[in-house]
Amino acid sequence: MSGVALAFFGLSALATLVGAVFTVLAVNPIRSAMALLLAIGGTTGLFLGLDAQFLAAIELIVYAGAVVVLFVFVIMLIGPDASPAADSKAGFSRTLGAVVLGLFAVVTGFLLMRVGGGLHPLPPSRPEFGTIDSFGRELFTRGLVPFELTTALFVVAVVGAIAVARGRHRGEERAVEPAVKESAP
Amino acid sequence: MIPLEYYLAVAGAVFLIGAIGFVVRRNLLIQLMSVELLLNAVNLTLVAFNRARQDDHNGQMFAFFVIAVAAAEAAVGLAIGLAIYRLSRSVRSDEADLLRN
Repeated sequence: MSGVALAFFGLSALATLVGAVFTVLAVNPIRSAMALLLAIGGTTGLFLGLDAQFLAAIELIVYAGAVVVLFVFVIMLIGPDASPAADSKAGFSRTLGAVVLGLFAVVTGFLLMRVGGGLHPLPPSRPEFGTIDSFGRELFTRGLVPFELTTALFVVAVVGAIAVARGRHRGEERAVEPAVKESAP
Repeated sequence: MIPLEYYLAVAGAVFLIGAIGFVVRRNLLIQLMSVELLLNAVNLTLVAFNRARQDDHNGQMFAFFVIAVAAAEAAVGLAIGLAIYRLSRSVRSDEADLLRN
């Protein structure tokens, strides 16, 4: 049991990390999106290992099913311009930022190792932990107000997204069909 | 069983990769994907801590709302990216400098 669980964890963690690395490294955004898909698949596996079955399903549906598809749609819409020439100009400050971030992570990891305290093996979980039944019961009792507020958030987000993506000069755009040249105010 | 720290280490690594990607890359789309990685890493820590302490589902509930917000963020972010692209014919975030004097 433990060996299988460990192998599953290792596989999921590997997929997550490899996907994350290639999401960041890929030159072409479409490859980035595919790597993000891999990372999301790995995260789903990790969720399953943590007895969060409902969240694993939601993760797949929302991320793999909606977010990545949205990314792919936008990349296709933009076309070849979506992968501009290499990031070379004025890269110094960005590289410095990345190095500082890396150093911060190394120092944090080192300090955490120094503190020690040993590993905390996860206790065996309750049988109903993380199932749709128990999670949904809690979501619709204590989490009902935020859950309903999410719908307002989505409505606002969708309306805002459409308003922003459509641009301001709707009538003129339709008159000048091929390209949007004078959309700058 | 697998220790809690393994999950936290994976989440920390993913968060670091995403943060570095957000700082280093200049492609707006890839920066947005890095933000998704960051949110995923945080979700992983929330779920892992919830698994370690199973009195309630608070961590999973929080992760659920983070996923919802992440979806809205992706929609709005991509819409802004499209608007910037239509304005400047580029998806490079350093060329979006309309507010510069």
